[in-house]
Amino acid sequence: MEKEKIPMRDGYGRALLKLAEEKKNLIVMDADVAKSTRTVWIREQYPEKFIDMGIAEQDMVGTAAGLALGGMLPFATTYGVFLAGRAWDQIRTTICYNHLNVKLAGAHAGISVGADGATHQSLEDVALMRVLPDMTVVVPCDAYETEKATLAIAEQEGPCFIRFGREAVPVVTKKESPFILGKANIMREGKDIVLFANGAMVQEGLNAAESLEKEGIDLMVVNVHTVKPLDTEAILEATKKTGCVLTAEEHQAAGGMGSAIAEFLVQNYPVPMKIIGVEDSFGESGKPEELMEKYGLTSEQIYKEARNLLKKRGE
Amino acid sequence: MNRDELEEVCRIVRTDIIEMIYHAGSGHPGGSLSAVELLAGLYFGGILKIDPKNPKWEERDYFILSKGHVAPVLYSVLARKGFFPVEELKTLRKMGSILQGHPHMSRTPGLDCSGGSLGQGLSIANGIALSCKMQKKGNRIYCLMGDGELQEGQIWEAVMTAAQHRLDNLCAIVDYNHIQLDGNLEEIKNLGDLTEKWADFGWNVLEINGHDIGEVLLAYQSAQMQKEKPTVIIANTVKGKGVSFMENDCNWHGNAPDNEQYKRAVSEIRREEV
Repeated sequence: MEKEKIPMRDGYGRALLKLAEEKKNLIVMDADVAKSTRTVWIREQYPEKFIDMGIAEQDMVGTAAGLALGGMLPFATTYGVFLAGRAWDQIRTTICYNHLNVKLAGAHAGISVGADGATHQSLEDVALMRVLPDMTVVVPCDAYETEKATLAIAEQEGPCFIRFGREAVPVVTKKESPFILGKANIMREGKDIVLFANGAMVQEGLNAAESLEKEGIDLMVVNVHTVKPLDTEAILEATKKTGCVLTAEEHQAAGGMGSAIAEFLVQNYPVPMKIIGVEDSFGESGKPEELMEKYGLTSEQIYKEARNLLKKRGE
Repeated sequence: MNRDELEEVCRIVRTDIIEMIYHAGSGHPGGSLSAVELLAGLYFGGILKIDPKNPKWEERDYFILSKGHVAPVLYSVLARKGFFPVEELKTLRKMGSILQGHPHMSRTPGLDCSGGSLGQGLSIANGIALSCKMQKKGNRIYCLMGDGELQEGQIWEAVMTAAQHRLDNLCAIVDYNHIQLDGNLEEIKNLGDLTEKWADFGWNVLEINGHDIGEVLLAYQSAQMQKEKPTVIIANTVKGKGVSFMENDCNWHGNAPDNEQYKRAVSEIRREEV
């Protein structure tokens, strides 16, 4: 049966509406893309809790810092590429260095932004954010998880970055599925290889697991929604169990979740490993599914790399 | 404090700046010396509502040092005001010191924010001012910027934000000393008519002699009366003010005096007393 498809950004918007009821000090900020990021829902229902900063991402982040210093709970929102890239120094030196309670939401993450092309496809944001001391980095896998993750970072004291995509993607989790910041979720048990994935690649991993199963290969799928702090305990356990690691994310292969896991494993439990992501390249215009295929972000790619990895290991 | 007392505070602060930077072996004397009256007026002229015994007091006024490299002038004023012992000033820029080379708010009592990456302070001040408005609090927010710093684009984004939200609880100050690290500001990237620029952006603009403590206090008081608009004080100053061989010389933007220069500088500042 086809799974229901909902854009992750809808989950963000829904969480903000809940927070507007619960948090007196909530302030939602946007940089002129409120309709795209769904912060427009706050603008419509709680105009007093919304500030449109205009096309000024650095000023938005700095103002968010000041709002946090004044006791507010700001959610600064825009496309991931302009938030993590353009305002990086502001995020580093003003928000992280001061441990300010600012939440940063990078919308339109990944190559699946599609037709807008490379300028708008955020493929470096996770790398940029996770190297910052004190930053929490979350990459949810569907609309439900985006909603839960948004609520969770509101409770987490300090700087947090959440990134989510534009397109409607299959709902992989359930409304009642648990979500704890920093705790990876096992989506499918398996014994031959473990796939650590996040974002839209979790669904691709589950699809790949079905194909592999037909060939007698048992793929474990773990949703590493929190890239920082990394759930090293769960990662180590799954790696010990399978002895063979794949990672997949809608991001540059360099610097993202796969890199974070490699950094951990190479120093603690080195095993054969393959990181699936965009290989040192910009994206381009196209339909989301065309781009995902061209840049190797599909269940087929995971299937192929799983088989390669087992071959390398001599099975 | 009367005018004579405030001028004496300025001499003490100038001496502190020279001593701190001399002992540290590095630092930024030029822009620290140009901002002495601006900070002495705020902290000792009865302008800022603060409590040195309770630096995080919720009712306090905020001061954001956007040009973070002039930390020595702020550290001196905070120490002389009683936020931390004056002896700490000697530890500037040393390992383990509460006085980092550029301000770090979590280390130094009395700092409302960190600073050092230029162009960011006004946005932060705006955010605090907005938060006070939203919570219907009467705190005032002050933000000191360098003139060279106005070459950063983010400042002008923030200038528009403050006007857009009618932040009359905000007072920005530009230390207009015309010198930046590499040379004369006019020869590097000219700011044009600053007064006209800020006014065009919807601000209340006051232009003063930034070394006349009387004018400084009047400007702060006038800003407090302003409604519906943020105020900027364009303070005409002299980089390195008070030490003849440092004045108007970009080489003293970020250099420490040697022993002989240190003695000369201190005696020049102190000689003014007689």
